Amino acid sequence: MNITQEEQADQLVEDFESFDDWEDRYRLLIDLGRKLPPLDETERNEENRVHGCQSNVWLAAKVDREGGKNAVEFRADSDSSIVRGLIAILRKVYSGRPAEQILTYDVEGLFERLGLNQHLSLGRRNGLYSMVERIKALAESVASNMTRAHG
Amino acid sequence: MSYYPDSREEDETKEPMSTATVRHEEAVPDLQELFVPEILKSAPAFDVETIRADFPILQQQVRGKPLVYLDNAATSQKPRAVLDALTKYYETENSNIHRGVHFLSEEATRHYEDSRVKAQRFLNAAHSHEIIFTRGTTEGINLVAATYGRRYIGEGDEIIISGMEHHSNIVPWQMLCEEKGAVLRVIPINDRGELILEEYEKLLNERTKFVSVMHVSNVLGTINPIAQIIKSAHARGVAVLIDGAQSSPHLQVDVQQLDCDFYTVSGHKIYGPTGIGVLYGKAEYLNAMPPYQGGGDMISSVTFEKTTYNALPFKFEAGTPNIAGTIGLGAALDYVSALGLENIAAHEDELLSYATEAVSEIEGLRIIGTAQEKAGILTFVMDQAHPLDIGTMLDTQGVAIRTGHHCAQPLMQRFGVPATARASFALYNTIEEIDSFVLALRKVCEIFR
Repeated sequence: MNITQEEQADQLVEDFESFDDWEDRYRLLIDLGRKLPPLDETERNEENRVHGCQSNVWLAAKVDREGGKNAVEFRADSDSSIVRGLIAILRKVYSGRPAEQILTYDVEGLFERLGLNQHLSLGRRNGLYSMVERIKALAESVASNMTRAHG
Repeated sequence: MSYYPDSREEDETKEPMSTATVRHEEAVPDLQELFVPEILKSAPAFDVETIRADFPILQQQVRGKPLVYLDNAATSQKPRAVLDALTKYYETENSNIHRGVHFLSEEATRHYEDSRVKAQRFLNAAHSHEIIFTRGTTEGINLVAATYGRRYIGEGDEIIISGMEHHSNIVPWQMLCEEKGAVLRVIPINDRGELILEEYEKLLNERTKFVSVMHVSNVLGTINPIAQIIKSAHARGVAVLIDGAQSSPHLQVDVQQLDCDFYTVSGHKIYGPTGIGVLYGKAEYLNAMPPYQGGGDMISSVTFEKTTYNALPFKFEAGTPNIAGTIGLGAALDYVSALGLENIAAHEDELLSYATEAVSEIEGLRIIGTAQEKAGILTFVMDQAHPLDIGTMLDTQGVAIRTGHHCAQPLMQRFGVPATARASFALYNTIEEIDSFVLALRKVCEIFR
């Protein structure tokens, strides 16, 4: 992962701001969602289901401990194209990053800059934060395992 | 007779006028051409542009586009007359009702009770004390389940509902069944979204104690054959509740003619305020039922040893009621009655046929609910897009529709869809708005293809 979270965020904000209206921004989200790596049918299971979303959302994660980096990698999918776009954003700033970066990153600040806090419906916003909570919980467990291992 | 003579006279004069028109047409076509249209132009029975001017909220733009409000089955907008009634109440009459001896209390009491008479006339109930004010349809059904249900339904008894019910006409009965060991039976529906009446007849048996069915489906738009449903239940001495949340804004209802035992109305769906509704119940039933909630207004006398309850309708109206809402509802019923439900229904039917035809041409779109008899509701799914995404994209165009399960999850399962998109029409919607809606749907096709 060469590009930092901040660089990634700046890139997203720039892409968003190149469009004046939300119709086009949603088109951008939908396009981002189209490029998501798919989930296997077996990964669309109850264990991976993210609750609190109005559409179906599944999130499959694994921890990459290669070189002691303890990164959380995840793929996710939804039956809503717009939610897939939101998943793509979360992957850009979270997936493959070390647990401590995931835990300290100000994702709400990014949503604010993208205008998502103001423009997404309450139901969608709750769903988005449910995904964030799930990712952070995974990072949390990785981080605490690490502390235990080193302590 | 102080509220409705105007609209009744209007109705009576309409009939002879249209008959006269036909006669003119036969005898003197020229005269008809010159004369009648002129009258229609100067005093149109139903002019949607005039009507729209009565609704302040419709004048605005959302997301930089003119608002196209097609979420009327969720809640309808309020005409100026209703807003004025609320303001007038709080500005000039606000006080607690029924036991005050001062001027304001008497004014508020009078207007509150006027609304009861308006609701009585609106539903053609035999007595005004058969009108109980509630928070809405949900509370009306819960009231009946918790009082009539608790007293008269026991272990092994059966309650019949239908497969298209709103959660508010499922859950109160399930709660009762759980408490009493009673059994919930469900009338199945066919692929068009109609109740299968033969199956209903088979469900009725000696254990059946209650039937509770919606008049118009909030998802499918189906108008259910409630007259037949009531007749069959009554043949076995079974009481019937009709959930009128979706029908009361669209169809003329005569509870005496239908002979239903209970009928519920939600004020906010019929252009009135939120948090107010009507439960109609036959006096014989309401008198036999225990009270629902205890408190002020519902008592006759209270001692620590024994409380006696007030007479109808107050027995079921514990606590300070929603006085402003009730007065606002009265104004809403006046508004709807002045326009005439037949006229409203004809207008909405036209919108529905136009919309149905237009969306049928969209590839990948499937309408859920294709009953013979439908009222003002168009529910659909699209191969290209999740219902939530349809709703979001329509919103960017200023078009408001509803997406999700519409509080009818069992019905979603029946049609094998997790959610749907729903456009629902009201008296102030226009053909041009349907065009905007269809245009926005076509955009959805293009974006999600």
